[in-house]
Amino acid sequence: MGHPIPLIFERSVPGRTGYSLPECDVPEVPVQQLLPAGQIRQEAPRLPQVSEGDVIRHYVNLSSLNHSVDTGFYPLGSCTMKYNPKVNETATRLPGFARLHPLVPERCAQGALELMYNLEQYLAEITGMDAVSLQPVAGAHGEYTGLKIIAAYHKARGDHKRTTVLVPDSAHGTNPASAAMVGMKIVEVKSDCHGCVCLEDLKAKVDDTVAALMLTNPNTLGLFDINIAEIAEIVHNAGGLLYYDGANANAILGKVRPGDTGFDVVHLNLHKTFSTPHGGGGPGSGPVGVKAQLIPYLPAPRVVKEGDQYRLDYNLPDSIGKVHSFYGNFGVNVRAYTYIRMMGGEGLERVSEDAVLNANYLQARLKGHYHLEYDRLCMHEFVLSGKLQKAHGVRTLDIAKRLLDFGVHPPTIYFPLIIDEAIMIEPTETEGKETLDYFIDVMLQIAREAKEDPENVTQAPHTTPVSRLDEVGAARNPVLRWQP
Amino acid sequence: MNNQYLPNTPEQRRQMLEAIGVGSVEELFSYIPEKLRLNRPLNLPHPMAEARLMAHMEELAGRNEVGAVSFLGGGIYDHFSPAAIDHILTRSEFYTAYTPYQPEVSQGTLQAIFEYQTMICELTGADVANASLYDGATALAEAAIIALNTTRNSKILLAGTMHPWYRKVLDTYMADLDAQVAEIPAVDGRLDLDALAGMVDKDTAAILVQSPNFFGIIEDLPGIGKMLEGHKGLFVVCTDPISLGILEAPARLGADIVVGEGQSLGLAQSFGGPLLGFMGVTEKLTRRIPGRVVGETRDTQGRRGFVLTLQTREQHIRREKATSNICSNQALCALAASVYLSLMGPGGLREVARQSLLKAAYAREQLAQIPGVEVPHAGPWFKEFALKLPRPAAAVIDAMVDRGYYAGIDLGRFYPGMEDCLLVAVTEKRTREEIDGFRAALQEVLK
Repeated sequence: MGHPIPLIFERSVPGRTGYSLPECDVPEVPVQQLLPAGQIRQEAPRLPQVSEGDVIRHYVNLSSLNHSVDTGFYPLGSCTMKYNPKVNETATRLPGFARLHPLVPERCAQGALELMYNLEQYLAEITGMDAVSLQPVAGAHGEYTGLKIIAAYHKARGDHKRTTVLVPDSAHGTNPASAAMVGMKIVEVKSDCHGCVCLEDLKAKVDDTVAALMLTNPNTLGLFDINIAEIAEIVHNAGGLLYYDGANANAILGKVRPGDTGFDVVHLNLHKTFSTPHGGGGPGSGPVGVKAQLIPYLPAPRVVKEGDQYRLDYNLPDSIGKVHSFYGNFGVNVRAYTYIRMMGGEGLERVSEDAVLNANYLQARLKGHYHLEYDRLCMHEFVLSGKLQKAHGVRTLDIAKRLLDFGVHPPTIYFPLIIDEAIMIEPTETEGKETLDYFIDVMLQIAREAKEDPENVTQAPHTTPVSRLDEVGAARNPVLRWQP
Repeated sequence: MNNQYLPNTPEQRRQMLEAIGVGSVEELFSYIPEKLRLNRPLNLPHPMAEARLMAHMEELAGRNEVGAVSFLGGGIYDHFSPAAIDHILTRSEFYTAYTPYQPEVSQGTLQAIFEYQTMICELTGADVANASLYDGATALAEAAIIALNTTRNSKILLAGTMHPWYRKVLDTYMADLDAQVAEIPAVDGRLDLDALAGMVDKDTAAILVQSPNFFGIIEDLPGIGKMLEGHKGLFVVCTDPISLGILEAPARLGADIVVGEGQSLGLAQSFGGPLLGFMGVTEKLTRRIPGRVVGETRDTQGRRGFVLTLQTREQHIRREKATSNICSNQALCALAASVYLSLMGPGGLREVARQSLLKAAYAREQLAQIPGVEVPHAGPWFKEFALKLPRPAAAVIDAMVDRGYYAGIDLGRFYPGMEDCLLVAVTEKRTREEIDGFRAALQEVLK
């Protein structure tokens, strides 16, 4: 079916229904007798009136307009768009998980609590941390939680002057935004040409107001910051803590652990490294791990084991409190648990090996055709620059859009900001060599087109359900809902 | 090792290493200083083949009791979820897609979110809705942050009848900001409007109210909304979307921001997550709303299409000055809600709400006839209500599990002094037979 697909509201036929509900088998009472007069709904919401068949056809047709991991290659840097194992989906839908209410007596949820307890242990082992909380439900939520924990730690020590967070200029935008939400000020630290922390600038900016340095390692260029031990020492000597943004953890499983390189707090994105699906923008899961001295500040409740029984402990007087209505995205955590049990330690180490191998292979094959700012072995991702193509009037955005014509999702573009016309590529370990070779062929073709037929690139995409969309117009005159 | 998710063969690995110009995979990790390396295998359980793994997962799931007839609520409800919803959620073109940053190949997700935003506006009466937030509790906290930033005031008046865990999350979010949270007291399970009248002043940033509240009681929203007339403080209502099939849209009763938990709209209970925080605001707050927002536009050939829009509010552009740090939504949960609301339509949603209301009323009347059981509040209720028992609720709940019922929530966990009170939720899924059985079992337990 071609685009455009009508809105579900435009399919509505008055009087058509898509539900079956049982007859009401209790005494009928007029609702007016039960509800306050001024609060009875006057006009029904204008929801669509459609049959079940209409609904299914509508959403199945909509789904066909999406690119997804299950339909094509997704080399989106820093997003780790790996294959999402189907056993994860089956496991999380088991009635014993899916139908479990969060407030059942604990003895009725022993399987769920045991799973949570063990997943926390596994993630602690993988990151080299002493304890983990599964409550944060996204990466940014994990950052927020981790920074709250850091703030609470300093306050508990009577160290009230620590109100700044150091963030590298190459950092993800959520880092400064999360720091602002815990009431901290941001100080940017310069990166050197490898995207690594500039030690001189760090030394100049670290002082007794620093609560933490937020870092991802490998950094946003896909390079391991070899000075990490020294960075940790500088920050720790000044009384600050080190925060690990786990966005790039897919590179390091079983090889190096943040906790062994000086980090005090980490968050992981289970929807990246641990194979849970992205869902078109969520739900994810962003567990936080901490070193021993920070355990008292973890969110409440915590799962504890007593003998062979598990329970939720709410008696945590120093905790930062709650960050989610219940215990986090349990259904997502079941998927990550399933994945870890499937892979084991050995399998996870192979994940990182293959992720790094795939990235280096692409880098080696593409670097003569696209500018590579810093030519050294990368980790799980690398950043090219489109500046050779820019000389022909072809921008990185155009290269990205042209890739769509070949059924490939574009890499992350214009990030990190420190690389001109950045193209950030992360193949992940779940792609075979022939997919990588196809991508290489396509990228080489686009590089040729940029020289010989630049218009074909700048007008791309040509084959997608819609062509380039007017984003400026959308923001200037916002139309944010359907109107009858 | 062989693994079904790792496609490269030893021969392909060898070819790739050759192209890179290194002799081994280990060399690729050579930049990591040796002294920092983990030079031992991860201490994790051995890999499991899929068949054994599923047996293990079934064993774990089997140790969770989900067969009992449930009268549990407190933010998560056992409403009916049509089979069609999961068939859409398992379309992997939806669930294995990323955030729709490349609109040309994301029209499915974008259009579904646009439709979701419309449905939330229709339900709540709001002018603008976002693409969803993590859950009801964080949606409430984000609403309070909008109020602080918009009014430049610092006083948050928070209903004591708000879900206690939402209040805890709000406390967490407010703790580091320039905000003072004051609790609005309740009388008879409902907010004390006389007390509230004395609390509202020119420094009020927002009144935060839940209706139906934690005790299932419908608050006097028109009365509360009036108190802010002449003040710049915002009226924030946290609501149950199912109730809006039968109760007036809060924005039509004066709410500036309407938030709530969308789990009731077809989502699994899933031990409390993933959930769906929804948010609708009045038009003047459009550029204050946190998170993703989808807008309609045209492509170069004039065809209708959808994009993420108003992105200058967001963290990847504004960094520390963003309206929120949120970088995702709960897109798949929003999709579930959209499918649910499409299937139900206006008539189905009203019927779900009406049956929940009537069945809860019937259950309340039946249970109140048990000797020693009282209804401590006067209502008006929607689908949830408190019961005062002659004994501590915790022990009663335990005894009821053995009889095949989840009787409800021990209110003493949340409200000191209410240890003998039970919070009971009744959805349209409960039958008269189940309610009568519940009454008989409770009567026996209390004998």
